[in-house]
Amino acid sequence: MTTFYAIFIDGMIYASWLFLVAAGLTVIYGVMRILNMAHGSFYAIGAYCAASLVGWYFSDFDGNPYLSYLLLIGCALVAGLVVGVVIEQGLLRFMYKRNELLMIIITYALLLILEDATKLAFGVDPYFTYQPYALLGRSDIGGLAFANYDLLLVVVSAAIGLFCWLVLNRTHIGKVLRAVIHDREVAVAMGVNVRLMFAGTFIFGTTLGALAGALTAPSISVSPGIGVEVIVLAFAVVVVGGLGSIEGAIVGALLVGMTRSLAVHLAPQIELFVIYGVMSLVLAVRPQGLFGRTLARKI
Amino acid sequence: MKNIVQKSLAVMAAAGTLAAMPVHAAENGKFRVGVVTFLSGAAAGPFGVPSINGAKVLVDALNEGKVPAPYNVKGINGLEIEAVVIDENGGATKQVEEFRNLAERHKVDAVVGYISSGDCLAISPVAEELGVPTVFFDCGTSRLFEENNKPRYVFRTGLDAAIDNIGAARYLIDTGHKVDSIAGIQQNYSWGQDSWGDFTAAMKQLKPGVKIATEQFPKIFQGQYGAEISALAISNPDVIHSSFWGGDMEALVLQGNARGLLDKRTTILTCGESALDRFKGQATNGLIVGARGPFGAFAPKNTLSDWFHAAYVAKNEMEPTYPAYKMVQAILGLKAAAEKAAAGKPGTVPNKDALVGAFKGLTFESVSGTVNMSRANGHQALQGIAYGEYHFDKKTKKASLQNVKAYAGECVTPPDGTTATEWIKAGFPGAKCGG
Repeated sequence: MTTFYAIFIDGMIYASWLFLVAAGLTVIYGVMRILNMAHGSFYAIGAYCAASLVGWYFSDFDGNPYLSYLLLIGCALVAGLVVGVVIEQGLLRFMYKRNELLMIIITYALLLILEDATKLAFGVDPYFTYQPYALLGRSDIGGLAFANYDLLLVVVSAAIGLFCWLVLNRTHIGKVLRAVIHDREVAVAMGVNVRLMFAGTFIFGTTLGALAGALTAPSISVSPGIGVEVIVLAFAVVVVGGLGSIEGAIVGALLVGMTRSLAVHLAPQIELFVIYGVMSLVLAVRPQGLFGRTLARKI
Repeated sequence: MKNIVQKSLAVMAAAGTLAAMPVHAAENGKFRVGVVTFLSGAAAGPFGVPSINGAKVLVDALNEGKVPAPYNVKGINGLEIEAVVIDENGGATKQVEEFRNLAERHKVDAVVGYISSGDCLAISPVAEELGVPTVFFDCGTSRLFEENNKPRYVFRTGLDAAIDNIGAARYLIDTGHKVDSIAGIQQNYSWGQDSWGDFTAAMKQLKPGVKIATEQFPKIFQGQYGAEISALAISNPDVIHSSFWGGDMEALVLQGNARGLLDKRTTILTCGESALDRFKGQATNGLIVGARGPFGAFAPKNTLSDWFHAAYVAKNEMEPTYPAYKMVQAILGLKAAAEKAAAGKPGTVPNKDALVGAFKGLTFESVSGTVNMSRANGHQALQGIAYGEYHFDKKTKKASLQNVKAYAGECVTPPDGTTATEWIKAGFPGAKCGG
């Protein structure tokens, strides 16, 4: 029975983390049709900013430790906003009419540049900012202890998923975005400022990436290369769910998270294989992913 | 933030000062050494940076003649050491290209470096082909001298990884820990799999009937170990063994400690010393850590280690961890061999064949004590290993080691001509473990 609880809870925690990492990627692709290879760098920037700011807060200040959660979220929002504005305004807006394959190469170049820029700014030493993770203590569920921070992450992730869904499906701006997603040219003809929608979406996506990094930072050692590692997982999740679909990202994250948890507990030898096994299986049955739409190609 | 940028620039400046030396033929009155270690990538922080910082401290001091005896001759044999620093990041194919560049374009007199076992295995035949004296300072693969069984130009002053795990098993038994069942969590590549294989084999010899509760092999750099920690906790072993290193190790300790995994059972981390000052109380007191040999916090007190520790702290404002000691050991071995080869001819670069001849079977003093190049036909260092318990004092906010137990090289190292696997399975014949 304990194993059953553990599979479910571990699966939920991992899935919520996967969704956090993948959400920004799928939002940007959904609206802008940019397969953003640099998304991992936004995650890394968020993680580094949070780890250095919170580390500084705990080492140099004797303030309320719970304020560190505000710092985590605040610095991720600022970092995501700044990076998003700089990249969108300084680079991407000149590239929007290029084809999707070229955009992959451009964002890959961006990933390499941002990796080195992160190294230049933060060095290669790992950052270990454990306080916000340890502060919340742990809970006993079914005879097994879980870190409350991880459990809280499930709630935060669900809230972000719900927020994205509500914005897309229940607001005016969501309707406009869906019009852009459905047919960019018709949206322009109807008077939609697509450039502004693109800018807003990209900045929102980078902020989600940075937020994922900031929320993860207290539970890991923040070191060079973390962005590259997560981008592979994020792609697996959005491909399973269907590129550009928030619902798809949620289901993809749950599917990958639960399957991996099942493998770790019952067959650890195949743990590495199962994520990509699930992806291959889904793609074999539905090449566009579980929630992806089949698009007619314009000639 | 200012501090962070300053630190980053300082590391780059340290590497840059070494790397920015002019490129010209070796006949410039200097002893040119290629120094290869991780300056970027995930291994840079825990291993690469301490090792390059250690190299910088030693090379500068040697060039100024400030290292204590027997290394008080300036540079190497009176010649200033000129270091050409190469980043080890990028994989084995890139490293082979870089090595050829070092040999053919930079015309180095010797190469010291390599942390990754894959890089060592790729470089070893190239070093033999090009005839470049090459000293591996850290990589631990047992296959190095199994594949290159007639080495001439290749030496290793660091220890075989099998020794880490044989030493770990001996420590657990000798210190009376309950070891009826063991579990492992290892990175899923040759390092993790070999470490677990050696450890379980050694435990089965030393404690017949020991049960394996679970074995977890997450992907390297995974970072999130929630499910693995649950699986370890449910299997409820007496001992958890891990050969994790770097960020993965720190994340495992942080996440495991937050969930009480480390409170209730003995945990042993073979590379744990590299984060001794970084755990900052997040590791449970009693956690057993190793340093892959008598390095870092396990280094014996002697004139050389005292000097190096003080010089490193003065220059870098942090404690030197084991990779720094291992790099220094490799350079000291090279200096000792070169000066032996050039005996009576100060101010000259010895012939490379004379140098490797002098290095073979050499006994030299190091920051880790006396090193005997007495394995792999005189090309592999024989040294002991030590383990101890991590303890953190909340008042002083300092970590220390307690219940340290050291094992002689002859106790944990297979004799020449026998692989570690064969030696363990045969029950460690000829092991001299003393009293």
